Amino acid sequence: MSNVLSAGTRAPGFTLRVTPDQDLSLSDLAGRPVILAFYPADWSPVCGDQMALYNEVLPEFHKHDAEILGISVDGAWCHQAFAKDRRLHFPLLADFEPKGEVARTYGAYRAGEGVCERALFVIDRNGIVFWSYCSPIAVNPGADGILDALERLPHEGKTGEQTKSPSHAA
Amino acid sequence: MREKPVSKLKVPVTPHDHTRGPANAPVTLVEYGDYECGYCGAAYPIVNLVCEHFGPRLRLVFRHFPLSQVHPNAEAAAESAEFAGAHDRFWEMHDGIYENQDRLGLPLLFALAEALGLSETGLRGALGSGTYAAKVRSDFLGGVRSGVNGTPSFFINGERHEGTYAFEDLAAAIELHLHAKAPL
Repeated sequence: MSNVLSAGTRAPGFTLRVTPDQDLSLSDLAGRPVILAFYPADWSPVCGDQMALYNEVLPEFHKHDAEILGISVDGAWCHQAFAKDRRLHFPLLADFEPKGEVARTYGAYRAGEGVCERALFVIDRNGIVFWSYCSPIAVNPGADGILDALERLPHEGKTGEQTKSPSHAA
Repeated sequence: MREKPVSKLKVPVTPHDHTRGPANAPVTLVEYGDYECGYCGAAYPIVNLVCEHFGPRLRLVFRHFPLSQVHPNAEAAAESAEFAGAHDRFWEMHDGIYENQDRLGLPLLFALAEALGLSETGLRGALGSGTYAAKVRSDFLGGVRSGVNGTPSFFINGERHEGTYAFEDLAAAIELHLHAKAPL
């Protein structure tokens, strides 16, 4: 299992395909907590359950003003079909070319298999990793760790001068 | 890497829960389930066998964990069971749904309500206005906080059951708690 970036580290920036013709950058979400959920593959049974769970928990994430981004090495068209099939209401990013580059910067890439780890990151409003967790590859880590971390996040304005961005990428 | 602690049931069993079996049973089995989930349907007769096997030594609690985006009938089924529960017919509705899971849908839910002597209009109204949606969501979120990641998920005397729902696995885990006489 890789050593995923730990709490206190600055979250590496990235720009990835979110749909076949749109990009999304971590910086687009500056000022808001961001949940990154790296996962091995669209369509695999465990991932499907994990993404289905986050889909249902989404309103709780939004209560904390947090956005969740799923990331795997699958391409944007694959993500699009998967999201449509599972009726997912949050973005899936394609760490597709160069393959796994973003996952590598988070210590969340399994070079042997060529897929992302099943790794979770909660990034605070200032872009610092607040909590991270790497799950055994076959185990759906659930959402309790994410929600616990979001609850422990300092409230807006306490930690820095950054103010909430009025707009965010949909 | 941080270790994830073994999941514990974060929401204790209360009188708001649907329970089957004596309140003072030495072991309580909490199931988080989805009425449209095929695995829950497969676990249903096994859970019944487990309850039969342990008799008064076991109390069963069922909590809702519908994944409604992938199971479009799961939420309505859960709310229908709550509607029946409000008329003291929770378990009859629960059994009816799982025993007819292959044809789960609004017509089945209304037919089950009628067979239990409950008003179809009443159920229609409750589903339309989401009367029991908050209860179902509260079950779901309690499950999420307890680390439930899919269904069915079981907790035995508050500890996550990491094994399968095969009869042997469940029964062996319950036996362990019976012998441990773990305080509730």
